[in-house]
Amino acid sequence: MDFQYTSFILSVVIASTPLLLAATGELVAERAGVLNLGVEGMMLVGAIAAFAVAVTTGSSTLGILAGVGAGVLTSLIFALLTLSFLSNQVATGLALTIFGTGLSALIGKAYVGMVVARLPQIHIPGLSDIPFFGPVFFGQDVLVYVSFALVAAVYWFLFRTHAGLVLRAVGNSHDAAHAIGFPVIKIRYLAVMFGGGMSGLAGAYMAIAYNTSWSEGMTAGRGWIALALVVFATWRPFWLVVGAYLFGSIMYLSLYIQGFGVHIPSQFISALPYASTVVVLVAISRDRKRIRLNAPASLGKTFHAAG
Amino acid sequence: MMNRRNFNKLLGAGLVAAAAPKIVTPALADDVLKVGFVYFGPVGDFGWTYQHDVGRQDIVKKFGDKVKTTYVENVPESADAERVIANLAAKGHKLIFTTSFGYMDPTIKAAKRFPKTYFEHCAGYKLASNVSVYEARFYEGRYVQGVIAGMMSKTGVAGYIASIPIPEVIMGMNAFLLGMRSVNPTAKLKFIMVNTWYDPGKEGDAAKALIDQGCDIVTQHTDSTAPLQVYAQRGIKGFGEATDMLKFAPTAQLTASVNNWGPYYVKRVQDVIDGTWKSANTWGGLASGMLEMAPYHNMPDNVVAAAKATEEGIKSGKIVIFKGPLKDQKGIAKSTEGVVLDDGSISSMDWLVEGVVGDLPK
Repeated sequence: MDFQYTSFILSVVIASTPLLLAATGELVAERAGVLNLGVEGMMLVGAIAAFAVAVTTGSSTLGILAGVGAGVLTSLIFALLTLSFLSNQVATGLALTIFGTGLSALIGKAYVGMVVARLPQIHIPGLSDIPFFGPVFFGQDVLVYVSFALVAAVYWFLFRTHAGLVLRAVGNSHDAAHAIGFPVIKIRYLAVMFGGGMSGLAGAYMAIAYNTSWSEGMTAGRGWIALALVVFATWRPFWLVVGAYLFGSIMYLSLYIQGFGVHIPSQFISALPYASTVVVLVAISRDRKRIRLNAPASLGKTFHAAG
Repeated sequence: MMNRRNFNKLLGAGLVAAAAPKIVTPALADDVLKVGFVYFGPVGDFGWTYQHDVGRQDIVKKFGDKVKTTYVENVPESADAERVIANLAAKGHKLIFTTSFGYMDPTIKAAKRFPKTYFEHCAGYKLASNVSVYEARFYEGRYVQGVIAGMMSKTGVAGYIASIPIPEVIMGMNAFLLGMRSVNPTAKLKFIMVNTWYDPGKEGDAAKALIDQGCDIVTQHTDSTAPLQVYAQRGIKGFGEATDMLKFAPTAQLTASVNNWGPYYVKRVQDVIDGTWKSANTWGGLASGMLEMAPYHNMPDNVVAAAKATEEGIKSGKIVIFKGPLKDQKGIAKSTEGVVLDDGSISSMDWLVEGVVGDLPK
């Protein structure tokens, strides 16, 4: 049995990246106190937008930009309803997922069966050719590096800048933040749009890097896993990396171990990523202190600007 | 009952509105024969449904104005299917093709309500006086693929992206390895059950996992072109499924088992016009033309010659695929020297031949 570590790791990275991207966006929205359960829907809209544009123009860069833009636009629907019209965040988020799934399927009908060129992997002469380390550290596609950079940037923004402090204040107590004079609604709009853009980017990754074709519902529940990851990481950016790669590994391993002829029903293995999401969430929720220390206190609550 | 092609709809229950079946039918005069088609996927899936629609177009070409065809795509294998089928019958379609395994019970139920309508169900096994079943012997194509894999594989290990553990899939895996072992007696086959018929992401991941484990030729019993694209990226070879997928992977596809429903569809329409339609169970293979091999590419001439010879051998009956001695994975004899499995044993196959790595889910 020649186990190919390098390609195994590459496959895990590709499976983990969309989870990391979407979760990073949702983390920022939740840190601002907005629970957007529409991640799955925004990912799908981002995916079809990216795919359609990439197919039409032949440019993966334009495709990625379209995916981000579509994610932002979709999230604006959510922001408008929950922040301006004060609708319930949970119900609206669920509706957004159903809406995004349906809309993407409708637009996507014309694109079924088409294929785009895969987002190219970077090749740095010399470095990328080093056995094992080369392809793993210097041979990924650009969005993999972007995903790590964005996690670091989000950490820096949230915990090292004044603006980040304000955003967290809004998420912890929107009434107090409002009383001090911070524009709660405006900040939340921006946070939700960032979340939407990241979901769109994750969708774009699904459509032109993870796959190179469109299929209905192709994110297959990854948006929900991303949502769970934010809780898993207890709203701390670097823990997202741990979570995303853990779940990415499980998703890939669930197929991989079948090839070894392991005596486990394949249906059980297929359910593994989702089942482990539940198990991890239960385990984490037992540690009340950690949740209380990090969870935004105003998460999911509607803000009524009083006077 | 095993749901044939509906596993990718896990989260899709709420999406039916978007994927709502679209009925495409023009207005027409009474003396024209109306023929209905019920499709599981979109006609643009470039796989299973696409090939059925090619067959429908053959009817249009052959009969022109004398026949009007209607198709409904994206029909879930649920209670909705029965409504769609019954609706077509109520609208005066005399002959209705239902093209997925999961439409079996809905077809039978609709057939009871419309005894004067003729039904043709693909891949099922329940017959009625006005219901025929038809299916292609896909496993014959798998055997040809296996012979090619046996000659081309350097590792002697091939991969199989399997959908769900039903006899149709199992007989394909067995036929593939028997073909491979006819060339290389120690060849092995690894498989991954993806539990879906169409999920490009998962199919692609399964292809990667098999390649990572040393398979240098991979085939699939799922519908998307994603695995072929992975083969091309990883520089290995593989086979297309249901339709010629060469344009998606010009450097990777060796051949594909292609479903050719057209001649059968044309014949059944003719039978209805002539008033000679009878309920029948048709299981056509390479010899009948219901299954064809796509042009051979990306392989040396001697392999092409061997593949063509195998094809001819199956057609003429010189090569019998499930012929003893056959042993299962545990070495238990399933058939003794020279004994040929009958169609009943093949179509209820629930065991894997010696050399397949991994167990079937119980």
